[in-house]
Amino acid sequence: MTNTNNDAMQVEDDASSPEVMRIFYQRIYPFKSIFTWLNHEHQPSKLFKYREFAFTLPGDVYLRYNSFLNPEDMKKQVIKLNPSRFEVGAVYSGMPKDKKTLRPGMFQPTLRELVFDIDMTDYDSIRTCCSGKGICKRCWGFIAAAVEVLDQALRTQFGWKHLLWVYSGRRGIHLWISDEEAMMLTDEQRKAVMGWLEVIKGGKEQVKKVNVRTWKTFASNTARAPQPTSGETDEKKPPSAEGGRGALHPALLAALDSLKANFQELILDDQDCFASEDGWKVLLELIPDKTIRSALQEAWASDSDKSSSDKWIDFKREVKLHLKNAPHKKATLTAAMEDIILQYTYPRLDAEVSKHRNHLLKAPFCVHPSTGRVCVPIDPSKVHDFDPETVPTVGQLLRELNEVTDPENQHHSDWEKTSLKPYVDMLDKHAANLIAERLIVKKEEGKSNYSW
Amino acid sequence: MFSARSRITAQSSTTNGGTTSTFNTDSFGLRYPHRLNFYSVPPKEDITIEDFEIWAIDRLRVLGEIESSFVRNRSMDEMKRVTQAQCKKYLPLNANSAVAVDRDAERRKDHVSHFVLRLAFCRSEELRYRFIKTEMMLFKLRYDEHADELNAFVSSLGLGFNSVGSDELKQYEAELRAASIAPLHTDIGKETFYKVRWTKVPDLIERRKVFLHNGMAYVHSSDQSSMVFQAFQANLEKQLEQTAKALPRLDEDNRILPILENLSQGFIAGVPSEYASADETGDGVTADMIDEMARKHWPLCMRNLHDTLRKERHLKHYGRLQYGLFLKVIGLSIEEAIVFWRKAFGNITDDKFSKEYKYNIRHSYGLEGRRHNYPAKSCQMILTTNQPGVSESHGCPYRHFSPDNLEAALLSTYGSQGFTRNDLPEIMSDVKSSHYHVACTRVFEITHGIKKGEGIGGGESVTHPNQYTARSRELEKASSGDGMVVD
Ligand SMILES: [Zn+2]
Repeated sequence: MTNTNNDAMQVEDDASSPEVMRIFYQRIYPFKSIFTWLNHEHQPSKLFKYREFAFTLPGDVYLRYNSFLNPEDMKKQVIKLNPSRFEVGAVYSGMPKDKKTLRPGMFQPTLRELVFDIDMTDYDSIRTCCSGKGICKRCWGFIAAAVEVLDQALRTQFGWKHLLWVYSGRRGIHLWISDEEAMMLTDEQRKAVMGWLEVIKGGKEQVKKVNVRTWKTFASNTARAPQPTSGETDEKKPPSAEGGRGALHPALLAALDSLKANFQELILDDQDCFASEDGWKVLLELIPDKTIRSALQEAWASDSDKSSSDKWIDFKREVKLHLKNAPHKKATLTAAMEDIILQYTYPRLDAEVSKHRNHLLKAPFCVHPSTGRVCVPIDPSKVHDFDPETVPTVGQLLRELNEVTDPENQHHSDWEKTSLKPYVDMLDKHAANLIAERLIVKKEEGKSNYSW
Repeated sequence: MFSARSRITAQSSTTNGGTTSTFNTDSFGLRYPHRLNFYSVPPKEDITIEDFEIWAIDRLRVLGEIESSFVRNRSMDEMKRVTQAQCKKYLPLNANSAVAVDRDAERRKDHVSHFVLRLAFCRSEELRYRFIKTEMMLFKLRYDEHADELNAFVSSLGLGFNSVGSDELKQYEAELRAASIAPLHTDIGKETFYKVRWTKVPDLIERRKVFLHNGMAYVHSSDQSSMVFQAFQANLEKQLEQTAKALPRLDEDNRILPILENLSQGFIAGVPSEYASADETGDGVTADMIDEMARKHWPLCMRNLHDTLRKERHLKHYGRLQYGLFLKVIGLSIEEAIVFWRKAFGNITDDKFSKEYKYNIRHSYGLEGRRHNYPAKSCQMILTTNQPGVSESHGCPYRHFSPDNLEAALLSTYGSQGFTRNDLPEIMSDVKSSHYHVACTRVFEITHGIKKGEGIGGGESVTHPNQYTARSRELEKASSGDGMVVD
């Protein structure tokens, strides 16, 4: 438990208690808001009725292909089955609960928010403040940097507007994109989005995880390639060759811009990633020049107290020195520096989650079973201020309810009286935008192939 | 003469691609002015039922080879080489400049065969998926050839690609240059870019090959092919679904349905090869050579029949038929066949043999009854007709054996030819995914010490037991000719 405010653990803090969860679903969980967000309009449509929900029940029972007619039906079923959490899946061509009676060809995933999952686990090799399941305000910085880059890329590059960021309840964040186009993406197109966004690749054994340079060559089919122009002598050298020149794609240049500041604050100042010997040795391995490497190795091995920020200054100084004698290496060394920044700060995505329409993802406002924290929406413009340790827990919410309400007079939207309110308001506002857009689309019916 | 016209057009009444110009004549005087076809418009003339079937089978050979290239994970270059070889044989498509060739005839065959296979493959999600995937690849492979004639083809499609205006080019010049892999003209205004919704070019997005802004991809003219491919696929997907919905109307013609049925089965089995005549290497095969030949050259189905015959001194009807026709094509003469079978059936009288079996043997050689010279059964026939019952030994072991029995049979049959337990997982996984001919081809490669992917020569897969055996004997001849193997 990261929450140290409550010395004595109270009954309502036990998120694994069925009784606690039942009260949470009865009195706090915002079914209506979740319904509107998934449904894009007030009347239940296929977007909701044909939607899969999967329940995790106590004892590791996993119940797939549930579906509901309306939010009331959903609330009734959730309270009855009392899952420890539940997940949202795709909209199918038929009602998931009727799956068994439908012919296999008649039950296919058709629509689904484009979803992303970023988890702290993928940063374990670089964060220094926590490890394993732990998370603190400091390592949230990695998530915040990722959100900054992704939110920007998805809005300006892909042109999507309806992005909902949700805290995963422990050490990560989810993103749900509900734009018409995003909902309709095929698996192939989802895979393409991931190809576009993914930069950090390679497992533990691969030190350099950023390989995104486009090394300009003539197109292989000269018959259709444009003629090279003057001043543009191009190498066909492999990326590793000295003197090669690799431009960064404009999309990554944009990311790099916002990551440079994060690199200084998060990697150098806060996490101090290159303080330890293990830390700076990785940095050395990412420098593609032997002279610079050995100069730095010598300097750093003899001064174990040097901060990461000072080491980075050393690196930049060595590069400058080196370029005096070997100016042709400028492109290679600049590229190496940029790649290091990307490697330490660029979003690390769990690509498999995003590639398939029928993938399930935990619903917003569920309770994380081990932390008791509620999966609340996060405003991306304030993501740097977000502190996972201040997110309301189920126990806290139940206590708040007991303080303000008369037990005789319970109401379905009791969340309004708790600290969950601003978060539910955030979802409602998001859903209202979706409804407004849906109305416009409906008016243009016929023009749109948005058929649901 | 049968007219398939109404059948093929019936399902596509809703199509209206931009290819009406297909039937105009151009400077070459061709009815099909372009080598490539988007297949938006169905063929409009009468087609004989023979052409209907033969052309479709020829196309199926090409698609079948593409599909096995996918399954065998061939490189793009290999796939290209193998497919081009198949195309040259069965579905040639020459450029406009090839004036000595009847290009219209080639293009008509390409056009018609595509539409026939649509009918055969629209019936299930699975078949549609496989058809689209292979047709898509065929289109891509052909697209790469004769680049000089492409522009005219692409503009005939009227796909409505919007080119980016010069103001916008200037506005995004830095981004366009940074995103481009090919070097651009120093004056960006001289370059052509198209602006399309990114969803139309997912492959370019996946490889980060374009500048992307507000959902619009800026595609350089050198990457135009991606947009064309996407349009081709979208078009085909849509039309196949329409065809599937319209298909029930076809039931009225009982001559077409069995053909279509056969064609779609052919995709599952690999394409039938015709082995109606004796192998070139098959002269002078005698009854007493069969045991040794079986050990060295038979595919698993025939080894199983041979071993069963030896063990039980008998084979049931379909087994005799499958094995007998196979032996005929190996080059076993009718006289030798009678000797072979008489000896094999140890426990019956001469009289019974003459009455009950001899006639059938002569019949299968075309010497009795309708005097039809029956061809040996292809893999497709073996896989899909007369499924073996429990006490029968015919069929395809890859398909008809239980996994345990198949593993045991492979090890005991081919252990002496270098097949080991380590080879099993790969074979069993092909079997599991119903790629029986791929499994058989891989066994051929393993037992003949051939590089993976070479198949029975030039990367071809096994589609006929006699083809397997013929290739095996060729290899033996070649190596003994080198003085490598003497026994
Ligand atoms: Zn931490």
